[in-house]
Amino acid sequence: MPDAVLKGKTFKFGDNISTDLIIPGRYAHLRSNLPELAKHVMEDAEPTFVEKVKPGDFIVAGRNFGLGSSREHAPLVIKMSGVSAILAKSVARIFFRNAINQGLPVLICDTDRIDAGDEIEVNLSDGIVTVLTSGNRLTFSRLPQVMLDILSEGGLIPYITKYGDFKL
Amino acid sequence: MGKTLSEKILSEKSGVDARAGDIVIAPIDLAFVQDTTGPLTVQQFRESGYSRLANPQRTAIFLDHAIPSPSRQLSNDHQILRRFARENGCLIFEGGNGICHQLVAEGFASPGDIVIGSDSHTVTAGALGAFATGMGSSDVAVASALGKTWFRVPESFKVAINGTFQKGVYAKDLVLYLIGTLGADGATYKALEFEGETAGNMNVSQRMTIANMAVEAGAKVGLFASDNVTKEYLTAQGRGKEYKALYPDTDAHYEQVITINAAELEPMVAMPHTVDNVAPTRTLAGVKVHQVFIGTCTNGRLEDLATAAAILKNKKCHPDSRLIIAPASRQVLATAIKAGYVQALLTAGAILLPPGCAACVGLHQGVLGDNEVCLSTANRNFKGRMGNPEASIYLASPATAAASAIAGEITDPRKVI
Repeated sequence: MPDAVLKGKTFKFGDNISTDLIIPGRYAHLRSNLPELAKHVMEDAEPTFVEKVKPGDFIVAGRNFGLGSSREHAPLVIKMSGVSAILAKSVARIFFRNAINQGLPVLICDTDRIDAGDEIEVNLSDGIVTVLTSGNRLTFSRLPQVMLDILSEGGLIPYITKYGDFKL
Repeated sequence: MGKTLSEKILSEKSGVDARAGDIVIAPIDLAFVQDTTGPLTVQQFRESGYSRLANPQRTAIFLDHAIPSPSRQLSNDHQILRRFARENGCLIFEGGNGICHQLVAEGFASPGDIVIGSDSHTVTAGALGAFATGMGSSDVAVASALGKTWFRVPESFKVAINGTFQKGVYAKDLVLYLIGTLGADGATYKALEFEGETAGNMNVSQRMTIANMAVEAGAKVGLFASDNVTKEYLTAQGRGKEYKALYPDTDAHYEQVITINAAELEPMVAMPHTVDNVAPTRTLAGVKVHQVFIGTCTNGRLEDLATAAAILKNKKCHPDSRLIIAPASRQVLATAIKAGYVQALLTAGAILLPPGCAACVGLHQGVLGDNEVCLSTANRNFKGRMGNPEASIYLASPATAAASAIAGEITDPRKVI
């Protein structure tokens, strides 16, 4: 289960960051070798991301993050990079469900009020993002209950292993 | 209050009165994976401790993205999938049979079905009135074991299409125009439901082109009513018994209604690097094209090859422009050979690839060089999509692709037909 309070530095991206930018199709041959695949996370959007990102950091993006392919490897390699949550103005549908299924929180909020490199604190229970650098406070929308339950178990596989079925 | 197509299908399947915004659990009629998402699905299935599929004969694996395999690692992934099929008794379609979405339409999807696949273009089967949507590996793994999954019932946008297409204007131009209007996230989480006289007159191939690209506006499904056109298609595929009529209620509630007059449309192109970055083809005349790719789940069907062959017959591709053709399925290829389309394309200088995804995803069979431009009939032009972030991709209809291959630059097909 993700900690209720997350803290870290932000990496900022624009609108329409596709799954091809997150983890390009040309690395499909590495999909059964996740540690190798993860070395290429965000490579076509920001080549230095993988060297700079630290455990607990955040991806902060604009509209329609994760559009494109259904490859669950996209949220998977983001999670493997140490990112603790994605904050975006909006997220593409399949990516959204995949991220939650991987136990990676996705928070929808007004990311214009967060700058690149800001230190932020996310309180998952209260639904509040505090930008420690500027003092700005933002709220994010609540997930549907079924997604909250999946997230709180750390993803769909641990959820289904525990409950054996979907509980609505 | 009546129901949209989405509400009707999800109500019928879940056994509850499903309305937009509700979350329901519904049984799955077909769950499938392809070769680049399948291995993770197999891993998730095992990690969940499952040892059997709910319905092996309605669980399918399609080898289409990386066939014939370009690498040792992908060949090993294919072995994982073959072993899983053998051990669990599910269906497997080897390389050369075709693209998963084409094979799902030819052999599986029926009106009112729920289809999930670990590929975003699973929406294609909406052309046959199936509630078909893409999901990730974990969702498909769990759904194939339980035989069901959860859905949020989407709000629907009605897209009413009327009027007659001008010569040289096709379903692809319409859907590019629509995505340009909606934007790449304009229909996120929504259902696009296509209605109107022109939608009713479209053949299944055209409907598939449109449904296929619903996801490029963010939509969860792209749905057509099931009517006589659907019946004829299913009958031709030997599945006439699976037909049932399916229409939305006349008093259904739509979040938005978009009307399109097909007569006012012209050939359209999506410019790099997003699908909603569209412009009329005529405004891009003169853009040099190094590679033209005709194929994919969007436009690799018989009608598409026929259109391209008619334009390329007794012509040659421009010396600076290579033409790659990949039929969407073995059935498409075999029929195109009989009809003489393949001969016309080969004589014009085309490279013929086996039925499959081919150059679309950047794995192989047409990876672009630095600063090269590709005009493709596919559904995505994201940066890096065709294997090189230093290349550019434009999307258009097969007619625009064929006309551009002859000229070596982006060309309005109305000039040559």
